[in-house]
Amino acid sequence: MHDLEVGEHLFRFPGGLKLRHHKQIACRDPLARPDMPEALYLPLQQHQGPVGELLVQPGDRVLKGQPLSRARNDREVPVHAPTSGTIKAIQSWPVSWPPDSEAECLVLEPDGEETWTETTAVQDWRQTDPADLIEHIRAAGLAGLGGAMFPTAAKLRGDWQQVHTLILNGSECEPYISCDEMLMRERPGAIVEGGLILARALGAERVVIAIEDQMGAVDKSLPRALAEYDPDDIYRIVEVTTIYPEGGEKQLIQVLTGAEVPHDGLPQDLGLACLNVGTAAAARDAVIEGRPLIERIVTVSGPGIAHPRNLVALLGTPVRDLLAAAGGLDGDVERLVLGGPMSGLPLASDRIPVTKGSNCILVLRREDTRRDQPVMPCINCGECVRVCPANLLPQELFKYLQAEAYEEADSLDLFDCIECGCCAHVCPSHIPLVDWYRHGKGVLRERGIEDARAQKARQRFEAREKRLSEEKEQLRRRREQREEKLKSGGDAKSEVQAAIERARSKSAGPDKEGDR
Amino acid sequence: MKLTLAGPPHFPPINTVSGVMKQVLYALVPGIAAHVWFFGFGILFQIALAVGFALALEAAMLRLRDRPLKPFLTDYSAVVTAVLFALCMPPLAPWWIALTGMVFAIVVAKHFYGGLGHNLFNPAMVGFAAVIVAFPLDLSQWLAPRQLSPGLPGLWQTAQAIFTGSLPETLSWDALSQATPLDALKTGVAENRLVTEIRDAPIFGDFGGLGWEWIANFYALGGFWLLYRRVISWHVPVALLATVVVITVPMWLMGPDINPSPMQHIFSGALVLAAFFIATDPVSGCSTMKGRLVFGAGVAILTLAIRRFGGYPDGVAFAVLLMNMAVPLIDRLTRPRTYGH
Repeated sequence: MHDLEVGEHLFRFPGGLKLRHHKQIACRDPLARPDMPEALYLPLQQHQGPVGELLVQPGDRVLKGQPLSRARNDREVPVHAPTSGTIKAIQSWPVSWPPDSEAECLVLEPDGEETWTETTAVQDWRQTDPADLIEHIRAAGLAGLGGAMFPTAAKLRGDWQQVHTLILNGSECEPYISCDEMLMRERPGAIVEGGLILARALGAERVVIAIEDQMGAVDKSLPRALAEYDPDDIYRIVEVTTIYPEGGEKQLIQVLTGAEVPHDGLPQDLGLACLNVGTAAAARDAVIEGRPLIERIVTVSGPGIAHPRNLVALLGTPVRDLLAAAGGLDGDVERLVLGGPMSGLPLASDRIPVTKGSNCILVLRREDTRRDQPVMPCINCGECVRVCPANLLPQELFKYLQAEAYEEADSLDLFDCIECGCCAHVCPSHIPLVDWYRHGKGVLRERGIEDARAQKARQRFEAREKRLSEEKEQLRRRREQREEKLKSGGDAKSEVQAAIERARSKSAGPDKEGDR
Repeated sequence: MKLTLAGPPHFPPINTVSGVMKQVLYALVPGIAAHVWFFGFGILFQIALAVGFALALEAAMLRLRDRPLKPFLTDYSAVVTAVLFALCMPPLAPWWIALTGMVFAIVVAKHFYGGLGHNLFNPAMVGFAAVIVAFPLDLSQWLAPRQLSPGLPGLWQTAQAIFTGSLPETLSWDALSQATPLDALKTGVAENRLVTEIRDAPIFGDFGGLGWEWIANFYALGGFWLLYRRVISWHVPVALLATVVVITVPMWLMGPDINPSPMQHIFSGALVLAAFFIATDPVSGCSTMKGRLVFGAGVAILTLAIRRFGGYPDGVAFAVLLMNMAVPLIDRLTRPRTYGH
């Protein structure tokens, strides 16, 4: 099996669902840009990891592409000005995660000039040291555009063994989302070039682009781009069967290689790295043109929007402006979802801005989300077991979580749940299973932290107790000695002698007191 | 615009409990129709009685337990329990048998354990076990199929028999009633007669019991539809029926005089009904797919053992209940390997 190249033979992953695609409705029109918003709201954290160092203050004038924060390591990702203008404020503003929350955002008022800052491109990336390429990619603020927003530099640089194959994930498996399909149709060359750059950064010899067998014109656009940009023929295009969630990193790797990513490991342990096609195009823009990540394609779709389409949006554009650019709402809209219908996040407000991971805004009406039956007890029908791609027992997990038996849920591998939502979708009892799993993981994480904290506190306490009792013991002993001496009627001479000896032993080396 | 914040998935779910239960009921229709054809209207009365008692008891228990009535009365789970129980009853069984059975099924087996989804034992089989232990005589009064009967009782006569406990004067038990094929086999073998000899009796059909084999065929038809609709998984029926074949084929080949053929086994009694409708009860069955294979095989082995060695002609109910006890252990031992582990 090891002799098989990635994608040469396709495997199956367990479970999954065949869902209606609903993608083409947003692909009929070419890409467009919404009008320049009145203000852009830029969360400092648009990735998994700590926030970088802030470089600007309210009142500063900034140019398009100018860094607003700086990364001090690979886990931090800088944010750049998507257009030229003035930083009006740094303030709390609604963001998508956690749901119904606010976070510190830079408010940028565009001046409408779109004046670029001075950019530096890499002169000849084919001759550039991989470490310098990664440095460049980090400075351009790349984080996974597939939605997880993992810092790209951290994925490229690591002390794991040789990565032999780069997988470019173009199989966005959730219904309605079509931003990657649109990108593969409109900018296939950028993806192919970006993939080559990423492969050089990783030291990978092969690149595999995974697309879905139901995608539109992609099967023509990509081969054309390969003919132009891939003279060494290191690419392979693989059409995978559209079964949700085949575009999940773990499932895609299983489909392409038959191997599973170890539960305590990474794709790199299998010699693989998996990046979104959008990230590849962004890497190409960063390296060849020196353009940082300041915009992305966002699908605005769903039954509640008048004119579903794909938009190129500046980061920081409020969702409201995207909805307007897609013809406005249509019908009794009651839910905005960031992402797809199966695993997307519900948005608490249409003021929430587009970030690096915002692939789709799904607009749903009341009748699309309606649940006309109450939540019933689990009847153990096993549908969830049948569709779980991680091979979990969703109903058992639920029963443990319901009983607040969190450790037992952990021992049933709760943390291997990828929250794809298949189980909840097929549950005849309408149990919000994903909500339960998120809750359980939250409790366990908190407990993990608290356990560690409690353990540290206990250690500190015990050490202190020990120290105090030792001191007490010493004091007691000294007092006893003194009393003994007084009782034995110690004369002045012996007292003096003892004092001299004490002084000697002190100067000879650190004693217990000196130690302290 | 008022936005709602429920977690994913954001589509309405594609299944409902009542939908699942209703499909089980639809799948039973062909078997029930065949039953009516061969044994008369009795079974319809049994179904009506059991469903009526089941819903009344369900409502009473929900009220006592302070649970909402509507969602649980309309989930059809009590109806499925009642129908499966009724299908195991002799057509002319007196009305209070259905009442007793439903008290044990709905009150004891279901609500004492926490209601829908929480029962450890298959409620219909608990009800059946209770009445066959309590009223063995009433449960042995089976009718002869249409072909062997001087005339099946009509609607009014059936009602009289069920509600008054006595047959109209024009009919007599001796003419109407008949041992079931499984009974005949059991007593026959005990009397040292050969299976081939026993099978010469008119109550036996082409491969099972006369009439019974066709009812079983129609149950299987409904079962295949449930498989096609994915209401049940293939694991239990396949494991159950395959185990019966695997065990009975060598025995039959080695001793055809004392061991009934696999076909005889499958197409008499409640085995097909059990394979598709009873042992597939999700609540009291296994959660894992491997576990379901073990469960089905266990039901088959125990049924055959009870048929061969036990005191009852058919052992399906007790086999299912015994396997229900083993479910937690089976589930624990058959957990699938999680991705990446």
